Amino acid sequence: MLTESQAWQVLGDVPDPEIPVVSVVELGIVREVASRAGGLRVVVTPTYSGCPATEVIADSIRAALAAAGAGAVDIETRLDPAWTTDWMGDAARDKLRAYGIAPPSGTAAAGGVQPIRFVAKSQTCPHCGSTDTERLSEFGSTACKALYRCRACREPFEYFKPI
Amino acid sequence: MTQRNTAAPGHIEYVLRLGDNALILGQRLSEWCGHAPVLEEDMALANTALDLIGQARLLLTHAGRLEGRGRDEDQLAFLRGERDYRNLTLAELPNEDFGRTVVRNFLFAAFQVPLYQRLTASSDAELAAVAAKSLKEARYHLSHAGEWVIRLGDGTDVSHDKAQAALDYLWPYTAEFFAANPIDDAVSAAGIGPAWHNLEADWEAAVVPVLVEATLTVPARTPFASYGKFGRHSEHMGHLLATMQTMQRTYPGAQW
Repeated sequence: MLTESQAWQVLGDVPDPEIPVVSVVELGIVREVASRAGGLRVVVTPTYSGCPATEVIADSIRAALAAAGAGAVDIETRLDPAWTTDWMGDAARDKLRAYGIAPPSGTAAAGGVQPIRFVAKSQTCPHCGSTDTERLSEFGSTACKALYRCRACREPFEYFKPI
Repeated sequence: MTQRNTAAPGHIEYVLRLGDNALILGQRLSEWCGHAPVLEEDMALANTALDLIGQARLLLTHAGRLEGRGRDEDQLAFLRGERDYRNLTLAELPNEDFGRTVVRNFLFAAFQVPLYQRLTASSDAELAAVAAKSLKEARYHLSHAGEWVIRLGDGTDVSHDKAQAALDYLWPYTAEFFAANPIDDAVSAAGIGPAWHNLEADWEAAVVPVLVEATLTVPARTPFASYGKFGRHSEHMGHLLATMQTMQRTYPGAQW
């Protein structure tokens, strides 16, 4: 049997399947861990409605906790409040940057009411730190990212969209 | 089954309309996967489709629970007959070219945004939660499609003409968004969601300035009416369903 804090530690080592440099805890997907008779209840909040990683994440959480001897693990999906990139802490943002992904800038609420515009807000290049960047594509390799290019170091990079 | 349906009148029907809109447009957009004019837009349309199908899964799961007859998202998505689908006719129309696809996405997202906004205050907590989540996605779709409407409309002569032709073709189907009906009245009285005809002003306020900036002519309203949300679909719906349902019809109960 695991205590709640042991379970949090185990989950802190479960990587996001698409962005393995951060854990599911750092991404803010795991909302609650509670002991219950014979095992644990874990509450998760999915990122995007159609994110294909959601089911893989639930499986890896179950597998990691089972391997650590947690007993029966019950995973509950909670939609409210909706997941937001605001739940990612500074440590997670630093890890994303080191991995070559620009972390979300500003808060999600500020991003909600943008007027239509062609020139996307410049983002800081995670490779060289320049802000002379341009958006190449509003969507990227996963639902949560957009594709950018740095005009200073010429490297492409992904940007984690604030939602 | 001893489980009883305790939903308010019109509640299930209303949630089915929401879910089927997302499902059917998501299915249409997924046809672009591997075929879009450029790679960036291939990803954009596929990601938009993925968001919509994700919304559809949540909404149809919820409709199935409200119904209380043990039907899950898959049974509702794949095993209903054409007349049991409640999506807007606009969602089922063929993609045609890229111009018509993005103009439709724009007209539809501009409707989804105020709709989901109001639904965040729904007396149905599950529906409110799905709406709050989906609103973030719909806003991004609106901004992506809106940029393309302006780029095409205010682009070359060819892109302008194609965008205008797409708008002229699609515009009459948007009247269906706002057609009043008893389901909307009942649902709105119960605090479950807005009557869609009350969203027309918000929709126009979002749509018209972008069309003007795109140098497109806003078509006049005509007496044309379509009835997809009441279960009476265009000739395109059967073909879409044949493609979408073929696996479950051929191998009932098949699992990935």
